[in-house]
Amino acid sequence: MEIVSALFDGIYVALEPVNLGLAIIGVVVGLFVGAMPGLGSVNGVAILLPFTFVIQNFTGGATSPMIFLAAVYYGAMYGGAISSIALGIPGASTAVATTFDGRPLALKGKAHVALMTAAIASFVGATVANILFTGFAPVLASVALNFGNPEIFALMLLAFATFAGLGGDDFPKTIFSICFGLALSAVGFDIISGEPRLIFFDIQGFSHGIRFLVLAIGIYGIGEMLWTINASKNKTTMTSVEINFQSMTAALLRFKEALKGTTIGSFLGFFIGILPAAGATPASLMGYGITKMASRNPEQFGKGALDGVAAPEAANNSASTGAMLPMMTLGIPGSPTTAVLLAGMVIWGLDPGPLLFSEQPDFVWPLIGSFYVSNLVALIVNLAFIPIFLWMLRMPFTILSPIIFVLSLVGTYAAYMNMFDVWLMVLVGFGGFFMRMLDYPVAPAVLAIVLGPIAEPALRQTLMQYETFTIFFTRPIAAPITIAAIILILLPGLKFLLKKINK
Amino acid sequence: MRKILTLLALGLSMLTTSFAITTNAAAWEPNKPIDFIIMAGKGGGADKMARLMQGIVESEGLANRPLVPTNKSGGSGAEALLAANSATDPDHTIMVTLNSFYTTPLRQPGLGIDILTFAPVARMAEDTFLLWVHKDSGITSFEQWLKVVKKEGKNWVMGGTGSNSEDNIITDFLNENFDLKIKYIPYKGGGAVAKDVAGKQINSSVNNPSEALGFYKSGDMVPLVAFTDERLPMFPEVPTLKEKGANFSYFMQRSVVGAPGMSADAQAYYTNLFEKVYASAGWQEYKSKKSLMGDLMSGNELSAYWEKQRGNHESILRASGAIK
Repeated sequence: MEIVSALFDGIYVALEPVNLGLAIIGVVVGLFVGAMPGLGSVNGVAILLPFTFVIQNFTGGATSPMIFLAAVYYGAMYGGAISSIALGIPGASTAVATTFDGRPLALKGKAHVALMTAAIASFVGATVANILFTGFAPVLASVALNFGNPEIFALMLLAFATFAGLGGDDFPKTIFSICFGLALSAVGFDIISGEPRLIFFDIQGFSHGIRFLVLAIGIYGIGEMLWTINASKNKTTMTSVEINFQSMTAALLRFKEALKGTTIGSFLGFFIGILPAAGATPASLMGYGITKMASRNPEQFGKGALDGVAAPEAANNSASTGAMLPMMTLGIPGSPTTAVLLAGMVIWGLDPGPLLFSEQPDFVWPLIGSFYVSNLVALIVNLAFIPIFLWMLRMPFTILSPIIFVLSLVGTYAAYMNMFDVWLMVLVGFGGFFMRMLDYPVAPAVLAIVLGPIAEPALRQTLMQYETFTIFFTRPIAAPITIAAIILILLPGLKFLLKKINK
Repeated sequence: MRKILTLLALGLSMLTTSFAITTNAAAWEPNKPIDFIIMAGKGGGADKMARLMQGIVESEGLANRPLVPTNKSGGSGAEALLAANSATDPDHTIMVTLNSFYTTPLRQPGLGIDILTFAPVARMAEDTFLLWVHKDSGITSFEQWLKVVKKEGKNWVMGGTGSNSEDNIITDFLNENFDLKIKYIPYKGGGAVAKDVAGKQINSSVNNPSEALGFYKSGDMVPLVAFTDERLPMFPEVPTLKEKGANFSYFMQRSVVGAPGMSADAQAYYTNLFEKVYASAGWQEYKSKKSLMGDLMSGNELSAYWEKQRGNHESILRASGAIK
């Protein structure tokens, strides 16, 4: 009960005019930053960090600046889905999985349904995460501490397994796609030894690795555009969109089709988020994979399944809240965005760590209260903006495709500020297009490049420390996860072999 | 979409104008945003410190142009060194450095980096190192630790940031001088190392105070010995390794350097800027709260310090076999 009254006091502070105003501004700014291809929550929060010093000079304390940044963070999580669905370019790395089914829905004239589902799933995901955060923060912090390298690697293995083990896609091609992604993720300086690896043609640009957004924007922005041009063959196409009250209500009612994805995404996302290694991008991809696996109609995924939109969106919002947990209770950021927030907290004079909750309740509870408030504000703002975003879709493709092209270029440059990554992005776009022509699934490659840099050091550190593979089967948390992953990987392999033999 | 762009542009321009606070400083002034390279990943000790410096510059209006931080953590700082070395506008490129500033060019001569070509702007602090264990290990003194570690042999695991890095150098020293066989596991960042000591995934660490402070205050992590010349004011009961008879102390520099080719006027401007940051209440408070040592150093004094430190690191790395 103590928690409940502390929470209500916190919400009360978060509703003070200054704080509520900051939350609204933050959400709107975040929504637009998130909707811009290339820019995500990490850019939004980093760009606006200096602005919080102005807020702090005005309000004193650290609460208001933090409420503002948390609102930007939330807004960006909602916003990322918008360009993923409407344009097919991932608005941010966290929204890549949203394009998998969001874009097909938009092409079928169901963009309003996809946007509505994304908004509500985001709201549910964030709310579930907020409740778990409020009730169990200290307990969950110790769960995060029990997750060592063997557990992290086991979890990554499970994530790969969910993508490899899914029906529909060609199994060998899926494995090839994962391996290709893993190879690309190894480019650049090795994290452990510091040695350069796979620096093709000694080009310095490869030294920082192939950035995830370069790949995602290339494949889904440029690749998708080429695919549509190729598919439409000189016909002037235009996506049909209905914007009226009836269609919106109908879209709202269809949310019941997305309940499974929302539930899985909400809980899984939170759990992935609290691990201080992952963050919202792996959470959304894993949410998508596991929902597809659990679905009765996995063949619908990739063609416009509502669960496929809901799962990553619920997961990325839930993981964003989850990632605040290790940041606030352990002083360790779970994602790039929380790393910037953590730096902000240090600048505002706070000491994030195990004692933050007991020493700084005046900061913690209004912040948690603001999560609830910002989340509601974000839902309302997002729903209000949906009709505006739908207007974009009314443009004929002959006009839309140059816009996608320009936004892909600008988005990549905005994210990394160098031309090498822009050229690489265009090249990747053609590569993705050819992969699609040859019927190779690209999503597993995208997953591999996100999870590779997490899985690789976890595996190597485990083996350095324990010097045996059996460790994955003897630790109480790692063992069940590893075994589940292996079964999942083997299942479709066996199915595939049986099919060959029967033939 | 155009609407979005316009709104975004509007927002950004509002932001920039609110920061366009002019100062009437020296003759040379930056005429565009300053590239502020951080030689480490987001969220680590170096990153937090760099963003604190940026925060102080912004909130006190010390510079007429903003510092734009970019993290280049690849290859133990090699990525950052290469970027600064090939900066097209050295007058607007500064970098926050660690000890990888010495060790990475020594280990990778192929990079073609001579650190003495970098402009010595200001040394802001020297970070300290302590030996940490989990309280459940029951170890309360360095002597007891030595006994246990000797018995455990290569089963004793020490986590640290990167290979051949600061943490690795200290671990090598302990192994050689006390006849131990500690196994060293390189991590990506000091925060993750501290977390794994607190979670009992590894046995010990040599974290900076700023990285382990939270777990120290909560009682999970226990400091056994400090690698400093004198006891730290924050840990008065923790002895130094020197008291234990080993002539060894080790510090991490926290310095701001200018890109090679920076003009003398620009260097003077930045030294003046960071002198103000150093003197600010925010920096001094952080320094004492995180148990940092070292006074401000700049110009030729700083170059000489680098040369001496580079020599020290060369002999350390040669002794451990990291370089030939």
